Amino acid sequence: MDHERNKVRWDVIVEPTQPWWRLDLRELWHYRDLLKLMIRRDLLAIYKQTLLGPLWQVLQPVLTSIMFAVVFGLMARMSLPGIPPMLFYMAAVVPWIFFSNVIQRTSQTLLWNATLMSRVYFPRLLAPMATTASTMVSFLVQLLAFIGIALVYRWSGRYAWSPGLGMLWVLPLIALMSLLAFSIGILVAALTTKFRDLTFLLTFGIQLLMYMSPVIFPLSMVQEGSTLRRVIELNPMTAVLEGFRSLLLGTAMDWSTLAYPSLFTAIVLGLGLAIFQRVQRSFSDVI
Amino acid sequence: MSSESRPPVIQVQDVRKRYRLGVTDRSMVADELASVWAGLRGKRDPHTRVGGSLSDQRVGDYFWSLRGLSFEVFEGDILGLIGRNGAGKSTLLKLLSRITPPTSGTIRMRGRVSSLLEVGTGFHPELTGRENIYLNGAIMGMRHAEIDSKLDAIIAFSGIEHHMDTPIKRYSVGMKIRLGFAVAAHLDPDILIVDEVLAVGDAEFQRKCLGSMRDVASAGRTVIFVSHSMASVQSLCSRAIWLDKGAIRMDGATEPVIREYLQECSPQDREQVWSAANAPGTDEVRLMGIRAISDRADGAFTIGHGISMELDLDNRSITDTDLNIQLIVRTGTDSIAFISDLTEAIGTALWPIGSNKVTCIIPPDLLNDGGYRVSVLFQRRGNRHFLVTDALSFDMQEGPRKGAWFMKWEGAVRPKLKWIR
Repeated sequence: MDHERNKVRWDVIVEPTQPWWRLDLRELWHYRDLLKLMIRRDLLAIYKQTLLGPLWQVLQPVLTSIMFAVVFGLMARMSLPGIPPMLFYMAAVVPWIFFSNVIQRTSQTLLWNATLMSRVYFPRLLAPMATTASTMVSFLVQLLAFIGIALVYRWSGRYAWSPGLGMLWVLPLIALMSLLAFSIGILVAALTTKFRDLTFLLTFGIQLLMYMSPVIFPLSMVQEGSTLRRVIELNPMTAVLEGFRSLLLGTAMDWSTLAYPSLFTAIVLGLGLAIFQRVQRSFSDVI
Repeated sequence: MSSESRPPVIQVQDVRKRYRLGVTDRSMVADELASVWAGLRGKRDPHTRVGGSLSDQRVGDYFWSLRGLSFEVFEGDILGLIGRNGAGKSTLLKLLSRITPPTSGTIRMRGRVSSLLEVGTGFHPELTGRENIYLNGAIMGMRHAEIDSKLDAIIAFSGIEHHMDTPIKRYSVGMKIRLGFAVAAHLDPDILIVDEVLAVGDAEFQRKCLGSMRDVASAGRTVIFVSHSMASVQSLCSRAIWLDKGAIRMDGATEPVIREYLQECSPQDREQVWSAANAPGTDEVRLMGIRAISDRADGAFTIGHGISMELDLDNRSITDTDLNIQLIVRTGTDSIAFISDLTEAIGTALWPIGSNKVTCIIPPDLLNDGGYRVSVLFQRRGNRHFLVTDALSFDMQEGPRKGAWFMKWEGAVRPKLKWIR
């Protein structure tokens, strides 16, 4: 009898703890329709709230870039010579806004979906995945805006912008950046369920990270080998932003610099998944 | 009914669930000291939680909601889960629905599990009924194409065709339940878990739901059903598990489990007797004892039987007729179901000095199922003399029903009135 019982194939096994590597990718795939609906819901929420709607999505990086261009580019002379400050800043501001938005939004997903999660089961990882994807939509719109502005510079003859097909190399860079932001986001999401005040720390931390990255200055401005340079290179986003700048502006790209952020992403992703998977299961008991 | 030949669909092995109790008791040093001081004087710790019977479930700051459950459910079973509030039924459903993990033990399941635990679960208020069918279906793991093919059947089953393009925030609770059940029932789940959500719908819809649960089971699938209504468990389930304080008290065919369950009703609440020293009252009159007795042979409190409430009084010094007694009957939700007045009922008379017995009879088919508490008010000269709060408390149980309604019957009372046609 017992032998027969053991032959039964169980589809669902519920146990007190689940090793983090038992990430059910097949299940995530099965739930792809829910992922689509959640992305749609997120987009509706983003675009319905504001008066200007999608326009605001474009205005935000443009205005930030103009501000940076005036303050740091024209006044402090921090941008690269030969490149219009506006383009120089926007090439880094657009990915940076995406990076910081993904972290901030995904870190809230567990709390935002708390009621739903305390009532029904679905793979919890879908929520931060949907948030990352919906933020990506804004990012792509902003990227198009960058290209539009760059084309205006080209046609007006002020800057010979011609990156060509090489610009498609931003795709793997986008993937790397998304994964990095997603990983940090779920790690913070898992931790905020226990320590709610982490949210405030996060806002400050992201801002600090921005000044530690070449958003407002080119990396070449910082002397190689100096302590400051080492600190800045410790930031995994440094190489990513430099990469975006090179590809979007059509300057020389050093792919070897991406080794460090890739390794960093892999480690944070593993850690984030481990802790997120651990927390999400007992989450409904805590709230 | 021989379950051994069929393969198990759900296997629950020594499942325990522990919740941490909130820090409410001793948040301050002063409270802690008060507890210690009480202990030194041999008094009861003022910070102990009320309800001594739960002490075996409570260990330190933890509460064991489930204390080692093991059972198997087989294909085609309709399992009824019964038990009082706090017995662990909802916790068990949450574990089966994978909303929360067990503290120890393992649950194994085969096939697609769909659960209907709360009203409006997985609905988005801004979306229309139709859009919510897709959202709810997706949450339950249904593919878009699958929902497409069943959309018409779902809408027809819900019976709210005309409101499909209305945002769900304008729906009544009943409409949300209709829609929620319609989606769940058409999901073709291998295991369908239904909590007592159906209690709100109307009779016709409830009959539809019970019918579709039967269909699910007869198609070789499995249903787990939680209800406080013994009538619906009896009519639907082939097997019942009685949960008591987080453990299985009884598991077997529905009929005997329900009978045992109904018989057990905390007897200490049905009777109170005081000694001459601590009886409530005054120098004029005291209440010495009070009890509620069912006129059923086995003593169970069911709504089809009358209940006698007997009061023992000790008249110490009242020599006139000016003493009135009121019984104030409250429901489980603390609203007054009714007040019965002795003088209004039979007028006044002299009270002999010494012990007196007064009986008030609640006729059959007056009270509803659920908990009741009775307070006794003594009046002299039209004013309150003294009040004995919650002198009695008892649970009324459902009896057999004739109609089609098998769910919770709303109302403080449920009198059987005279109908003419």
